[in-house]
Amino acid sequence: MSNFKLTYKQFGESAILVEWPQRISKTILTDIRVFVEKIKKSNIKEILEYNFVYSSLLVVYNNKLVSYDHIKQRLSNLYEMENQTKLSQSSLWHIPVCYDQEFGVDLEFLSKEKKYTIEEIISLHSNTVYTVYGIGFLPGFLYLGGLLNQLHTPRRSIPRLEVPKGAIAIGGSQTGIYPQSTPGGWHIVGRTPISLFNPINIHPCPVSPGDKIKFKIVNKAEFEVIKIAQESEVYNINKELYD
Amino acid sequence: MIKVLKSGLYTTIQDLGRFGYRNQGVPVSGVMDSISASFANALLDNNENDALMEITLKGPQLLFTEATNIIITGAEMSPKLNDDPIFNYRVYLVKNGDILSFGELKKGLRSYLAVQGGILSETVLGSKSFYKDITSQSSLKKNDELSFSMEFQRIENHVSSIKSDDQFYETNCLEVYKGPDFEIFSHDEQNKIISGSYTVSKDNNRMGYQIQEIFVKHSKSILTGPVLPGTVQLTPAGILIILLKDAQTSGGYPRILQLTEKSISILAQKKINDTLEFKIID
Repeated sequence: MSNFKLTYKQFGESAILVEWPQRISKTILTDIRVFVEKIKKSNIKEILEYNFVYSSLLVVYNNKLVSYDHIKQRLSNLYEMENQTKLSQSSLWHIPVCYDQEFGVDLEFLSKEKKYTIEEIISLHSNTVYTVYGIGFLPGFLYLGGLLNQLHTPRRSIPRLEVPKGAIAIGGSQTGIYPQSTPGGWHIVGRTPISLFNPINIHPCPVSPGDKIKFKIVNKAEFEVIKIAQESEVYNINKELYD
Repeated sequence: MIKVLKSGLYTTIQDLGRFGYRNQGVPVSGVMDSISASFANALLDNNENDALMEITLKGPQLLFTEATNIIITGAEMSPKLNDDPIFNYRVYLVKNGDILSFGELKKGLRSYLAVQGGILSETVLGSKSFYKDITSQSSLKKNDELSFSMEFQRIENHVSSIKSDDQFYETNCLEVYKGPDFEIFSHDEQNKIISGSYTVSKDNNRMGYQIQEIFVKHSKSILTGPVLPGTVQLTPAGILIILLKDAQTSGGYPRILQLTEKSISILAQKKINDTLEFKIID
């Protein structure tokens, strides 16, 4: 396991931002996950919560119990500590996506823009294994890395007022799944019938950072069946262990 | 029970927030002005995290069907109990059939209505704070019914001791820390931002407040990273966005400043065209 030179920054009254070299890298992702495991195991009671995306980790602490300098020292000691932390194995999630143009309303635009047929775009998008680099932006929104260069497309100049829940979209060098309907400027290529965020579950988003995502092409009829199965809580997202 | 006869402009139920789920992208939510809300709960001998009503700009009309003690703090919205004007920061006994209504906004933007024992609405992911797609509703509607604890006892008013404390938001000075991306800007750019006088734009809500003035345009980009309530983002077009309680948990604009919790409470009482300035603290 490589150790990086981390930067610790005070972030307001009760949070600390830990920064790795600012780039998207699987090595950094693993290093952050190992550090987060160490933090969880250490049971530092002053730490209230945390989140990370790409190459920075935010730790929120109780400033009535501990000072910034103290928490910074504890975190830094913990990071340097001999590493015996084993990460739990990651999962590869097969997310069903219907790429029919009824859902993939921007496929035609992308086809013209990128000079590929619609079938080629779908194939490029669905044959890639994406890495989850964090969760944020919206409840259950996964920051995915790995979109092929051929599909990188600047965002729409005018965002849509409503992108539907489940939309699969491309924005810049990223692709993502909209967990709720929301305004958005990404190009929509398809829709998944499954929900990646359920607030009645204790772990509302089943996917964790470090997991992998692959989109599985389904037709409209399969889309409807999965949607009904999911709504009646008899559908489990297909996943497998991934090294 | 409280029956909502009129909802007001934007009335929600809030507690201190939804903690422990930011790693799944869930905003913290919770009261925008935690100082006023905490006063309300404290003066009713409630728990600090008891849920209360956050009332924005134009108040609701509410019918009580059981007796309890209530208190209003924060913005002054000319509240009336039946036909009688009542005052903020004082405990009132309400009886079955009493109607609480609000009138003209005189000061601030957000009022807090607390009832003894707290409002007992649904708890989702450890919090009663309303948030779209997490709680079953995102704001109160006409005919909603809210329950509260039936066990009440008469409470003495402590009004004299706290009289000066509702003045805290009568300042336009927001105390801020340097944000994690402060140093990527030149000294000139930093000085312009810190010394600027600002005005709240029409785009202000529980997610964030935008500022009207544009002082520093830039082409600096950062890799998307975590943000907090109170984070001040500077977009390339030069727009300052102050993230608040319902804001996303991560963002891609440089985080130039960070408000203190007290400054978040002050800002929560500001409305369109109110002026602001920043004061750096270390």
